Amino acid sequence: MKVLMFGWEYPPHVFGGLATANYGITHGLNALGDMETLLCLPRPFGDEEQDACKIIGMNSVPIAWRDVNYDYVRQRLGNIMSPDDYYRYREHIYADFNYMHVNDLGCMEFAGGYPSNLTEEINNYSIIAGVVARTEQFDIIHAHDWLTYPAGIHAKQVSGKPLVIHVHATDFDRSRGNVNPTVYGIERNGMDNADCIMCVSELTRQTVINHYGQDPAKCFAMHNAVYPLAPELQEIVAQRLPYKERKEKVITFLGRITMQKGPEYFIEAAKRVLERTNNVRFCFAGSGDMMNDMINMAAAYGIADRCHFPGFMKGKQVFEIFRDSDVYVMPSVSEPFGISPLEAMQSGVPSIISKQSGCAEILDKCIKTDYWDIDAMADAMYSLCTNDSLHEYLQVEGKKEVDGITWEKVGERIRKLYDQCLAR
Amino acid sequence: MKTICLYFEIHQNVHLKRYRFFEIGKDHYYFDDYENERGITDTAERSYIPALKTFLEMAKMYGKAFKVAFSISGCAIELLEQYAPEVIELLQELNETGCVEFLAEPYSHGLSSLANEDVFRDEVARQAKKMKELFGKKPTVLRNSSLIYSDDIGGLVADMGYKGMIAEGAKHVLGWKSPHFLYHCNQNPNLKLLLRDYKLSDDISLRFNDSSWNEYPLFADTYIDWISQLPEEEKVINIFMELCALGIYQPLSSNILEFIKALPAVAKDRGITFATPSEIIAKSKSVAQLDVPYPMSWNDEERDTSCWLGNVMQREAFQKLYSVAERVLICKDRRITQDWDRIQASNNFRFMTTKNMGTGFYRGIYDSPYDAFTNYMNILGDFINRVNALYPLDIENDELNALLTTIRNQADEINVKDAEINRLQARLSKFEPVVKEEKKAPAKKAAPAKKAAPAKKAEPAKKAEPKAAPAKKAPAKKPAAKK
Repeated sequence: MKVLMFGWEYPPHVFGGLATANYGITHGLNALGDMETLLCLPRPFGDEEQDACKIIGMNSVPIAWRDVNYDYVRQRLGNIMSPDDYYRYREHIYADFNYMHVNDLGCMEFAGGYPSNLTEEINNYSIIAGVVARTEQFDIIHAHDWLTYPAGIHAKQVSGKPLVIHVHATDFDRSRGNVNPTVYGIERNGMDNADCIMCVSELTRQTVINHYGQDPAKCFAMHNAVYPLAPELQEIVAQRLPYKERKEKVITFLGRITMQKGPEYFIEAAKRVLERTNNVRFCFAGSGDMMNDMINMAAAYGIADRCHFPGFMKGKQVFEIFRDSDVYVMPSVSEPFGISPLEAMQSGVPSIISKQSGCAEILDKCIKTDYWDIDAMADAMYSLCTNDSLHEYLQVEGKKEVDGITWEKVGERIRKLYDQCLAR
Repeated sequence: MKTICLYFEIHQNVHLKRYRFFEIGKDHYYFDDYENERGITDTAERSYIPALKTFLEMAKMYGKAFKVAFSISGCAIELLEQYAPEVIELLQELNETGCVEFLAEPYSHGLSSLANEDVFRDEVARQAKKMKELFGKKPTVLRNSSLIYSDDIGGLVADMGYKGMIAEGAKHVLGWKSPHFLYHCNQNPNLKLLLRDYKLSDDISLRFNDSSWNEYPLFADTYIDWISQLPEEEKVINIFMELCALGIYQPLSSNILEFIKALPAVAKDRGITFATPSEIIAKSKSVAQLDVPYPMSWNDEERDTSCWLGNVMQREAFQKLYSVAERVLICKDRRITQDWDRIQASNNFRFMTTKNMGTGFYRGIYDSPYDAFTNYMNILGDFINRVNALYPLDIENDELNALLTTIRNQADEINVKDAEINRLQARLSKFEPVVKEEKKAPAKKAAPAKKAAPAKKAEPAKKAEPKAAPAKKAPAKKPAAKK
């Protein structure tokens, strides 16, 4: 079975959670053996792993005919795509796009990541998707998140193949209810046109059903998973000092410091813990629009000496933070899934997560509280810092539990839904 | 001739309230009064009262042909006395019919038998005393919390002078043996063991109202037929369960009480009698000793202690709790003793289990084992602080005990002396008026002053009595220092 997949980012160039999920899904599908995946990315860097899928760089797909010779194309595209593919796509240009900002190859440039002209990039992406869909042969279309829904719809209209969309987040999660009408429109349109909607959690599925008016029969919860830690990360994590030798406990918040993630509840809980003990430090690893507010808040409570803001962490740094943490807290107000508690648990850090996060549905060996219940959150933090047995239990059992959540299993479940979709 | 031994446990956990860590040291009240009142009155109304009324009817109907045994935990008695005294009255009424035996059990329904011998002895003695107060007879048979039994516990219980104990007829202990005989403890043959037939007991307490069970609906004659069809030589059938089984686990609408009511009549037709544990122990002979090297209980499929002590959290809580056991025994503060009884209850540990208990498992106010553990450790933290605050930490328990005994003896001595002084003073005052009359004017001034002085002296001594030890220390330390 061949899948045409639309993604936005892919490791090792990670801008948000989407990259990891995309990587997991393509690898999970690849593990089944009979799956072939074509992954479209707006701006690949050329150093992405291509063993699980073939990557199509949308910035190298021509939408306007240019007469360029083979060597020139090869030199321009580098290792992003082969010149043969370029010529193949050139055969399927379906309209005159010369009025757009095309370059000397007839392609459009992407900034990559999440720039300010995002809606324009989404539109360009969908135009190029038309070329790809006309060129390639495939059985099913799989679009990740609202950025790629228009492309998915376009591909469906061109090819007539079923469209599966994968909801990693909705605008209701990002905005605590004050949705951006443009984004909502794109999301809604994508869902209306989809034949099957995969949601990263039951929580998201309910949002999709209730706020986007979708038929429950075509919505399915498809929880994410994690990859086992790479050896070099395991090495980092193994440097953790034994519990007894850690005189000061570190409680960590990791993620964007934005409204969605509930950082203020973390500070409130921190304040309560610090009223009782003074050997605990609080670490805010991340950046975001609420960072300054949070620093002010910590200062106002007089706990700024115990709260640390090291900024945005990526790659290895994340695991260095985990290595030095005793407790991981994710107080998200609304979290479609939330992959970082799983990574924390993999690294042997017991987690406290909000009941309003999707991963709470599949995790059992962690402490769950309501995001607004700062007393309960503080109590859990204090308990993990003072009761060795609880810490030890959650450390050992938590790791075991997360080790059982694999992308291979997710791949199998996705495949089942593909089959159902095609049979309809 | 076969004999049925019916026994019911009456125990209600005193629910702990939501106790956050920032309350440690500020709030010393740990219990959820609302939930306790609701829980006990609900249980009494739906189960205890109708069930006990049925037993009363049965006692009147069948006379001595019907026998039943109960054990009541101290915590349950406290709750019943406070919120549902009619249950105790019913038990007393039932006691007067002469067809009931009350068993001893640890006051707290806790796990002290696995932790600390002295605590266990103390607890059982207190509960037995309470039984004597309420029902006029000192129990001779003991049942441990949740039927926890091991060889060591058996030895200890025999040492405490009990004739028998009831225990679980666990398959992994019995093997090919049958629970339908009387056994004895391998450490002391004087302690007889009655073993629960879990199949017949669970038929009533777990399956009676289960319409998917192939024996549903169960009638009294079928049930008694099962018993009468057992091999000739198997004579003792022990059916033990919680009293809640009648009315709560199996709703009253399932006619479970009608079923129970019919049992003696049907049994009589087949020549089966009823007896209390002590009657069975008096009448029958033990067939063999029972070897139980590891503790067993009537809980879960494993019939061991794993539901209370199965994970590291439970074990830490257990160790921390009993780490202050000796100090609590030394202290006579009533609030501490009461809190000690209540937080020891095994239910608190059960809430922390991480075993897969299915979806219907009752966890109280807690939504996870971690939550239960955190709350319990907060309370325990405060409790331990209170115990430690009573006496300085750097004094060894033995030394402390010796000092306290000295203080207590000296306080007694002082009391005796005070009484003596008072007596003599009174005598003196009899002679004084004669003197006073002679020189009226100056005596009037002196007399009240003199009277006031001894009265003041006597007062602090009397007041010190009910007060805690530190108050006593002040007058007592002086003679100690002189020595």
